[in-house]
Amino acid sequence: MSESFQLRVNDVEYPLSVDQGRNLLGVIRTEIGLTGTKEGCDDCECGACMVLIDGQPVNSCSYLAVQAQGREITTVEGLAEGDELDRLQRNLLEVGGVQCGFCTPGMLMSATALLAEHDDPSDDEIRIGLSGNLCRCTGYARIIEAVRRTADGA
Amino acid sequence: MSFTIANTIDDVLTALAAGARPIAGGTDLVVGARQGKAPLPADLVALDRVDELRTIGPEPGGGIRIGAGVTHATLVHDATVVGAATSIADASALVGSPATRHVGTLGGNVMNGSPAMDTGAPLMVLDAAAELRSLRGTRRLTMTELWTGPGSTAAEPDELCTALVLPAESDRSGSAYVRLEYRRAMEIAVVGAAAAVTLADDGTIARLAVALAAVAPTIVAVDVSAMIGHRVDDNVLAAVALAASDTATPIDDLRASADYRRHTVGVMARRAVDAAVRRAGGEPIGVPVNRSIGIGVAS
Ligand SMILES: Cc1cc2nc3c(=O)[nH]c(=O)nc-3n(C[C@H](O)[C@H](O)[C@H](O)COP(=O)(O)OP(=O)(O)OC[C@H]3O[C@@H](n4cnc5c(N)ncnc54)[C@H](O)[C@@H]3O)c2cc1C
Repeated sequence: MSESFQLRVNDVEYPLSVDQGRNLLGVIRTEIGLTGTKEGCDDCECGACMVLIDGQPVNSCSYLAVQAQGREITTVEGLAEGDELDRLQRNLLEVGGVQCGFCTPGMLMSATALLAEHDDPSDDEIRIGLSGNLCRCTGYARIIEAVRRTADGA
Repeated sequence: MSFTIANTIDDVLTALAAGARPIAGGTDLVVGARQGKAPLPADLVALDRVDELRTIGPEPGGGIRIGAGVTHATLVHDATVVGAATSIADASALVGSPATRHVGTLGGNVMNGSPAMDTGAPLMVLDAAAELRSLRGTRRLTMTELWTGPGSTAAEPDELCTALVLPAESDRSGSAYVRLEYRRAMEIAVVGAAAAVTLADDGTIARLAVALAAVAPTIVAVDVSAMIGHRVDDNVLAAVALAASDTATPIDDLRASADYRRHTVGVMARRAVDAAVRRAGGEPIGVPVNRSIGIGVAS
């Protein structure tokens, strides 16, 4: 049976009518049409589906969409200001932390939450902050460097 | 089918009495349903907006009351928990990833009833009680009474776990939880062990409790009464390791053989007692113990 409710994503309210068993990832991608958030393992292991709910990272593949009503949801589309990438996005590109790009939206969301909590994280704190996100291309070093640079003010 | 977002404990109890199942973070419930372990219950009541379930505070008459809806992320940093129930913080710090810790709750960990749950052994050695509430009344169960088998508890379907209640701790007490893991994130305990100790004025053991994770159908306590009155030395630690290995009744699975589990749970128990004793003596050992003693430290 469908539930009718609203989700607030990147400061926009979306009225929805979806089954209560639907996951947040599917609703964001197919009902709302924001496809930046990726489906990787679809089982909470890889972090490609990471979004922020009230600023905290959540695996959207395994979170019920109905449970996110009344919260502030942020997806990767919410990071840039118009055509202007945010500093973390720009640093990730500049240091070569993007290869195939599939993990990138999830990495950005976890790193955004980390930087909101720690303005000067140690390398170990950065690793822990990204520990729910798998990347099979970069070997992580450049992603960590991009987070470090952003924390350092670049 | 219904999904109720509750704001008060009374809202939750009413929904449970009408047949709904509770969902806290959903990191066991939703993940399990999507993996096909059990279908998602038709009627759900969400606990994550019930503020009364999300507080940590003193228990009237002494001790600490931790709301069932408190997340692992909060437990890792809460000064009361880190100070007086350090082993719970050790355990919560190891759960999943930042996302799992921000969403997953203590009550969900406990009520899911997995024999590999990380907060279970700490709660058992700290003599915690689970407060269960329904429209019919409130009762408290010890952890041994609560967990009846893998994935099962003695709670009735209309009962909500409202809090985990810990008795007041004496001076010179400490606790620790150590787990064997192959990765330092997104991992399930291969085996785990918690210890809580109180030292007498002369430095001998006045109270000791040890419990084990992932080596039996439920979290299990180890009989360590023979150690009371002794000073902790290598002989006592070796005896703890032996008692832990003897208590374990592990299974073979793809993560480890039964023999390996039986041996390593003794090693974890020994390390947990050693860390708990050092904490009881005032040595600051950071949370989680695993990282402080070098397990999974970045090279
Ligand atoms: C990627 C990943 C990694 C994980 N890593 C670990 C780990 O390292 N260690 C570990 O121990 N666990 C781990 N888990 C399991 C899980 O995250 C924890 O058990 C968590 O604490 C569950 O809490 P929750 O709030 O998400 O529970 P939910 O999934 O919401 O609920 C679990 C069960 O408990 C019931 N329930 C919840 N709250 C209450 C209540 N207050 N009263 C009565 N019943 C209730 C629900 O009905 C359900 O049956 C992991 C899970 C994932 C997805």
